[in-house]
Amino acid sequence: MEELSALMQGFGVVLTPVNIGLMFVGIILGVLIGVLPGLGGANGVAILLPLTFSMSPTSAIVMLSCIYWGALFGGAITSILFNIPGEPWSVATTFDGYPLAQKGRAGQALTAAFTSSFVGAFFAVLMITFLAPLVAKFALRFGAPEFFSVYLLTFCSFVGMGKGSPFKILVAMCLGFALAAVGMDTVTGQLRMTFGMTELMRGFDFLIAVIGLFGIGEILLSMEEGLEFSGKSARINPKVVWETWKELPRYWVTSLRSSLVGIWMGITPGGATPASFMSYGLAKKMSRNGAKFGTGEVEGVVAPETAAHAAGTSALLPMLALGIPGSPTAAVLLGGLLIWGLQPGPLLFVEQKDFVWGLIASMYLGNIVGLIVVLTTVPLFASILRIPFSIIAPVIIVICAIGAYTVHNAMLDIWFMLGFGVVGYVFKKLDYPLAPLVLALVLGDKAEDSFRQAMLVSQGDVSIMWSNSLVGTITTLALLMLVWPLLSKLLAKLRPPKDKPDFAEEQPVD
Amino acid sequence: MSSDREDRAAGDSPAVAKNATVDAIVAAIIFIIGAVVVFEARRLGATWTSDGPGAGYFPFYIGLILCVSSLGILYQATVGKGRDTDAFVDRVQLRRVASVLLPATVYVFAIWLLGIYVASAVYVALFMIILGKYQPVRSVVLGIVINAFFFVMFEVWFKVPLYKGVLDPLRFLGY
Repeated sequence: MEELSALMQGFGVVLTPVNIGLMFVGIILGVLIGVLPGLGGANGVAILLPLTFSMSPTSAIVMLSCIYWGALFGGAITSILFNIPGEPWSVATTFDGYPLAQKGRAGQALTAAFTSSFVGAFFAVLMITFLAPLVAKFALRFGAPEFFSVYLLTFCSFVGMGKGSPFKILVAMCLGFALAAVGMDTVTGQLRMTFGMTELMRGFDFLIAVIGLFGIGEILLSMEEGLEFSGKSARINPKVVWETWKELPRYWVTSLRSSLVGIWMGITPGGATPASFMSYGLAKKMSRNGAKFGTGEVEGVVAPETAAHAAGTSALLPMLALGIPGSPTAAVLLGGLLIWGLQPGPLLFVEQKDFVWGLIASMYLGNIVGLIVVLTTVPLFASILRIPFSIIAPVIIVICAIGAYTVHNAMLDIWFMLGFGVVGYVFKKLDYPLAPLVLALVLGDKAEDSFRQAMLVSQGDVSIMWSNSLVGTITTLALLMLVWPLLSKLLAKLRPPKDKPDFAEEQPVD
Repeated sequence: MSSDREDRAAGDSPAVAKNATVDAIVAAIIFIIGAVVVFEARRLGATWTSDGPGAGYFPFYIGLILCVSSLGILYQATVGKGRDTDAFVDRVQLRRVASVLLPATVYVFAIWLLGIYVASAVYVALFMIILGKYQPVRSVVLGIVINAFFFVMFEVWFKVPLYKGVLDPLRFLGY
């Protein structure tokens, strides 16, 4: 039980008045970000990242991860009250959440959503507590070929598990890699793809890309709809909360199943959005009330919310243990770690024990704080959504511009942000996934370095990727993932056609 | 960036752009980007040099995948059976998007000239007056209040100086 004593030490690190205060600030900012259109977990954290440069790494990560939890909680508010998913992973929550609100049971739906979010996150944090040190210990033996094979698996999984055209996933990914290559080459020192522009020497920072793609792109999309909020009002009183809590244990099977789905999808880079859809679909198939799903079943809120939160939380496991983030937001947090001078990966668990266990302890506390905050402040956040869009939109664009500028104090970055915004808008409309682009931009240099190191060791012989059983298995798995779209097409031709998966139409390409 | 061009093209044509059309245009742009990456990688040295893989070794394959994939998308969007003929944008939508995007472009230019605070105050106020149809006084006051808050937060509280612009109209404040 080495982990437990380390965890207790972690609680000791986190439980200072300053950190608890930052937790509340982070959660409130996070819910606000989750509620507002155009600001999401990834770009919210990206914009606020520069403000934490002066803090100690532990305090900073406590606040930033709490913003992330807050955003996960906040997405449910708009889904249930306004039928507008604040985040892509809360689309599935609208299916049963909004009908419940229409029936006047908004309070119940919100309580169920928040509580299941908490349950999902709790299972995921438990898993991180015990699994992350093991994975890290295992990964200490990794050399360059092993790391490259894990990178390969991460990116090939996007192709194998992603929804939509595999070509578009590949394009999004390779655009990320190409943008990452711009600037100084880390090995030879040559300038790459700058075309003589000195400003480009810095390269493209992924924070700028995140702010533009997710922030400006989202605003443009919302504007196209001509957004007019018409929401249900909600008041949560202790009685409703208590009544709902008494009802929830009945759905323990759904909760457990959804947590497992979420954890699995979070560790592999499937992400929170597919997890929530998969979990909703499974619950609909397996529940006794399955036929009534979509008309306002509490169980239909429990399933996607548990899975989304479990996935969002467990996306931090590969980030901490291997240095490979499982989601765009985890990628932004990883960027933060690098800026504070911490190298994420297996060594983090050896060299920065206080920091790692502080972070894990803060995940427990942050989710408890989050549950308390959202249960008590829902009316406040619902009223924020009644502020007209013509005030919110320019303010969000201003915040994005400030966020883009503060990353490098460079005016040019604001132009890049605008450009990425247009790209984000067009890509979203054409179903190009944005997550692989962002992850490739973050991991591009590292993936390339490990590839070149592996090639140096073997003197250009690709068979090093199969030089031992470990690296061979991972590489083979990765290639299998890469050709999976082709394989599944072949299988579908051989076997009689199956039913289409449920809700394939509604699911956004994340 | 690359997609500015096709946005403008969609605005000029009276017909509503179809998803498949925009898809093909974007794929063509991506093919060009891929080709540029391949050529640049060749110039940098995409082969094995005396001390290991050259600087262009990795980007070369990235560019190659970009080219091949974009051809795949181009095929799907032009000849493929499952081409998506839904509208990409209709006129109303395009006008709404342009009504945010064009002012935003002017806004970024204004930041360069006037600095973030002044440009943002003007931007918020004008956005409210023109698109939100608010009273001018209320809009201007809100624009100034919001940016005064940002000023205090960044310059005073967090001590993170923001861009003051080429003309630096807030010089008199001493920050």
